[in-house]
Amino acid sequence: MRIRRLVTLLVGVNVLLIAIGWIVVPPPTTKPGSGLRVGLVFDIGGKNDKSFNEAAYRGLERARTELGVDVTYIEPSEGADRESALRTLAARGLDLVIGVGFIFGPDLEHLAAKFPAVKFAGIDYSPSEGVGTIANLAGLRFREHEGSFVVGAIAGMLTRTRTVGFVGGMKIPLIRKFEAGYEAGVLHTCPTCRVVSAYAGTEPKAFADPSLGEELAAAQYGQGADLIFHAAGNTGDGVFAAARERGLRAIGVDSDQYDNAPCCVVTSMVKAVDVAVVDIIKDVAAKRFRPGIHELGLAERGVGFIADERNRDLLPLEVVEQARVIAAQIVAGAIQVPDR
Amino acid sequence: MISILLSATFGAQILRIAIPYVLAALGGAITERSGVVDLALEAKLLFGAFAAAAVGHATSSPMAGLAAGIAAGALVAGVQIGLALWLAADQVIVGVALNLLALAGTRFLLQLLFDEGSNSPYTPGFGDAVLGNPIAWLALVAAIAVPLALRHTRWGLRLRAAGDRPEALAAVGVSATRTRLFAALVGGALAGAGGAQLSLSVNGFSADMSGGRGYIALAMVILAGWRPAWAAIACVGVALGESLRIYFQVADVAIPRELAPLVPYVLTLVVLVVLGGKRRPPPASLGK
Repeated sequence: MRIRRLVTLLVGVNVLLIAIGWIVVPPPTTKPGSGLRVGLVFDIGGKNDKSFNEAAYRGLERARTELGVDVTYIEPSEGADRESALRTLAARGLDLVIGVGFIFGPDLEHLAAKFPAVKFAGIDYSPSEGVGTIANLAGLRFREHEGSFVVGAIAGMLTRTRTVGFVGGMKIPLIRKFEAGYEAGVLHTCPTCRVVSAYAGTEPKAFADPSLGEELAAAQYGQGADLIFHAAGNTGDGVFAAARERGLRAIGVDSDQYDNAPCCVVTSMVKAVDVAVVDIIKDVAAKRFRPGIHELGLAERGVGFIADERNRDLLPLEVVEQARVIAAQIVAGAIQVPDR
Repeated sequence: MISILLSATFGAQILRIAIPYVLAALGGAITERSGVVDLALEAKLLFGAFAAAAVGHATSSPMAGLAAGIAAGALVAGVQIGLALWLAADQVIVGVALNLLALAGTRFLLQLLFDEGSNSPYTPGFGDAVLGNPIAWLALVAAIAVPLALRHTRWGLRLRAAGDRPEALAAVGVSATRTRLFAALVGGALAGAGGAQLSLSVNGFSADMSGGRGYIALAMVILAGWRPAWAAIACVGVALGESLRIYFQVADVAIPRELAPLVPYVLTLVVLVVLGGKRRPPPASLGK
């Protein structure tokens, strides 16, 4: 009896899933291109995260339409899936495999050695202890501290309470770069200001807990902060919710996050992951691939801040001009920005 | 420092953090007392959060969102009971499977409905004021009503009998399965409301936003010896610990960063050991 019920149920579920698959998954499109084959694996959040991964996706799409390269991507769910996703792409003999996120570091090193004919690139990659340059691995890094310094300077100019906040996601050196640059930027334009900062945690899930983000922000606003910069992935959505609730201000990260809270997002510290992705694909196409670390800062337009007609009411023109002067000083080396 | 800890904002923060834990724990206590292992609390929170955000977005009404969250929690409980009792699947495995399904399923639905990988669009919420939040009132009412109902009503008596001695229930002509189903639906509804709080409070759903809260709520149920009132108190203890952790960071109190995350759990253990009395056994027919 039970077996029959089970079989009925399984058949039903099966039919349902096949039907859903039929509707949801579009048929594969094949398109003649330059012949270059590129694979990309996303980090937690996936390609439509409105932030870090989405920027990488934009780059990949641009490479597909403008350069005619053949692209494949995988959105892994957790842990070990990431390694096998990279491995799957490498084993297909693609020309370039890109891992989006610092978390791919050890996997990329390990697979680069296993698949010497494939080129690898890691966004936010930093070499593990004792690992030198690998001939077929490039790390695409950003000087986030420089962009964070500029938005910190903006925060220092805009705060009325002389207190601003920082909410970080996972406590790692990468996020510390944002915090260090931001804090220095705030003190550059407002030496008597106070920066309160907090992190959501020490595991990757610290980037995915908006409820905690809201409470961290609520506590900082409660301490007198009137502006908070977040570098916390989805946890930052809670920061925006807290800002909206109180009519106070926030600064977005990675992509332009104005749409998350048009009332309150003064500007965003943007990271040109899309540019980095397009550039590395171009390099491979032109056989100009250079292994090792490539760093993009303010000078290379790898980081920056948003000032356009949408956020004009929140970000006065004289503040924008000041911020541009400061950015130029950083590029010229007149201001040294700490990165930890 | 002390003035912060005694302030109303700190108290409000504890209550806001406590809401999802308390509702999930009360739901879990009901379900478990009826004899069904409730590992699926995480799934109920997550689906509740998703449904609340999706319906709240579509209708622009947080109330409709809350109703959808409650319905989604009950629906997950219905599936859980169907698999565990109707098909007699192992209850622990059913719970784990549902939690995994919730993790992937909510992301799948995000993609399907909103073409998004990890966030839903803006959903109106009830705001940060605890007293103006109907979910907070629901949690308070449930924290008082559930223990009373379990002890003093016929429904509670039958529910406990289903968990301890289902054959006694059968002897008086009451179906243990039906009693458990009803208990689980009520429990699932409460947990679903807790999920709604997660997404409505931050104006949207984001993937994996329950972050293990269901497991912690279940741990509190077990630590509290399956007594719902104590489980609710333990959850407030967890929330107090989390609030302290936030304030230690924001107010720059020098405690080692590695110790800070332990605060909620240590505090809860202390509360339960000091106040909780002797260890209670689980319902006699739990999981059978």
